[in-house]
Formats: sequence, structure tokens, C-alpha cells
Amino acid sequence: MGNKKSKNWHWSQDVHALFKKLGIEQVAYVPDGGLAKLINRCQADASIRSVVLTTEEEGVAQMAGAWLGGQKGVLLTQSGGVGNCINMLSMMQECRIPLLALVSMRGEWGECFPWQVPMGQSTIPALEAAKVIVHHVDQAEKVPETVHAAARLAFDSYRAVAVVISQRISGSGSRG
Amino acid sequence: MASRRKITLDRRKVVEKILKDRGDILLVTGLGAPTWDAAAVGDHPNNFYLWGGMGGAVLTGLGLALAQPKRRVLVITGDGEMLMGVGGLATVAVQKPSNLAICIMDNQRYGETGMQETHTEHGVDLAAMAAGAGFQKYSTVYNNRELAEAIPVLYSEQGPVFVDVKVTDAPQPMTLPPRDGPMLKHRFRENLLGHV
Repeated sequence: MGNKKSKNWHWSQDVHALFKKLGIEQVAYVPDGGLAKLINRCQADASIRSVVLTTEEEGVAQMAGAWLGGQKGVLLTQSGGVGNCINMLSMMQECRIPLLALVSMRGEWGECFPWQVPMGQSTIPALEAAKVIVHHVDQAEKVPETVHAAARLAFDSYRAVAVVISQRISGSGSRG
Repeated sequence: MASRRKITLDRRKVVEKILKDRGDILLVTGLGAPTWDAAAVGDHPNNFYLWGGMGGAVLTGLGLALAQPKRRVLVITGDGEMLMGVGGLATVAVQKPSNLAICIMDNQRYGETGMQETHTEHGVDLAAMAAGAGFQKYSTVYNNRELAEAIPVLYSEQGPVFVDVKVTDAPQPMTLPPRDGPMLKHRFRENLLGHV
């Protein structure tokens, strides 16, 4: 993964394949444009339970329950949703329950919508303050390998890890 | 608005009746008094107590129920904790986990912070909110007759089911279960999965 991509290649196809390889069985999300293709692939996959949330902190708690029950899951969230998760993340830290989160950025590279900027600029500091390990990635070809590394750190070393996917990759928010 | 009926049930006795014949259910308790209630009945490796993460009990139950579709999962939490994560009722209703039961010890108070009134004291009806989310089985329990009808629902009706039990705000002795997070997690997983 990660080189000689065809013109129609999108990182979500490799990440979805990686989810299968890793045995991911639950995916929780609040919809987001930057993650839409990955969410669609997961929804179309009968071996992954896709759960739409009303707020992202629900997904943190769901991932704790999934791990207690012997399954691995992934939380998919826009950067704005990170702010909704902070208190619930204490459960993962205190119990050392693995968390793998994919965070698509807004309020960052080339943002044209000013109301996205405050939370976008707070996203990484907030994750780090909540003791979530952050892997930032700003090239599409590097997303799959970054998710793979984050998954190992999460599930094999029992840590909360977020892959923060730059707005440079999604191009979201480029028009006001 | 909920009807104004007299509240007489004692939460410790209610939880004792619910857990008396618990079989192999997996129990998640919300922070505060529901955790002490479950501990007062007896600590158990199939109990996972939330000591924090307010608002997360129902969704912890959902993740567990989806992961263990052959096991009954019971969430016992308080009205304040449920209100903080009330959107989770919509999330659960959409997923329709047939093995998930939610039971609220509704004393209409924030018990851990000085017994301040919650929204349910002012008529907010949690069972009606579950019904509005799409739960097919929901009820509010005020007395032992209604409790006797509700307990089999929690254990064997097709889920998700929601039971709001109105309990008095009488103070109870604090009974503390283990609170070390990794220990609780390892114990639960080892008993359920055979490995940590």
C-alpha cells in the first residue's frame, strides 16, 4: 500500500481493506465529508457493523463496550467532534482500553469557513491533553500505513490513538 | 409529562430483585449510585462498573451487546447519567440490538453531588423519550407489581427494552466495588473471553 496509485485510487479503499485485515467489526461515526467514502465502504460491508451516532462521545463509549466484548472498532469523526469526546476519553485512559480514531480535519489547510477554525485549531492540542496519541498525516498515499501503525499501537499496546487526516487531503472547506 | 404517582420503591431492594437470578447476563452500571447498588447485591466478574464517563453507560452497553449477540446485556444507570447521554437512545433504537436491556434507577436526583433535582423531577419522561426514539418495549415502574412484570422483560423480551424504575431518594449506605480500571477490564474480559 502507498505507491503507484491509479488515478481513481482513494485512500479509503486501502483503509477499508485494512479494517478487514485487522478484524474491525464495529465502526461508529457522525457523518463527515472528509470520511464519507470510507463510511460508505463500511456501510456496504456486512462484516462491519456501522453505527451512526448523535454525538461522537457515544462512539468512545461504544468502543469501550466493543473491546469488553472482544471486538475491535474504529471511531470516525470530524475534528469538530473531538471536542465532544473529551470527558468520555477518560474511560479509555483510566481502563487502558484501546481506541483507534480517524479524525478528518477542518479549520486547517485552506479553510474558507471561519467557524470551523477554532475547534480545528484546538483538535490536536485537545487530543494530546486527553492523552490520546496523535499521528498527523497530510498525504493521501500515507493514510493507510499511518492507520496501520496506529492500529497496532492501539490494539497491541492498549492505547488511545488518533490518526488526524489533514484537510490538505480531503480538500473540504475550500469554498466558503 | 409523567404522571405524579407516589414513589415508594427502595433502589437497593429493586436492584437486588433484578439481579437475584441474573444467570449469565453481562451488566454495565452507570457512575454513582447504580454502581453502589450493584456492588451491594454482590461484586461479580460479569459486572463492568463505570466510575466516570458520565453519559456513556448505554453506549458501552451497545458496543458490548453488538460484540456479544448471544449474551443478554443489562445496563443499570441513573436518571442523571441517562439524561446526559439521552441521544444514545436514538442510536440504540436505530441499531435494534435484540439482546440489550436498559434499566434506569430514577430517583429524580443528582445523587453524588448533593441530591439536586434532575429533569425527571420536573416531569421529563424517560420512557416516553425511549418510545420516541423507537423502542418498542418501554415502561415506567412505580410499585412491586409493575416491577415483577418488568423484570422478565429485562431478561427475555426482544430488545432493545427500556424500563424506568421510580425509586425514592432515601440515602443508602455506600458499598464500593473495585475501582481500578485495568483490573475491572481484565476481569471482565478474562471471564467472558478466556483471555485479557
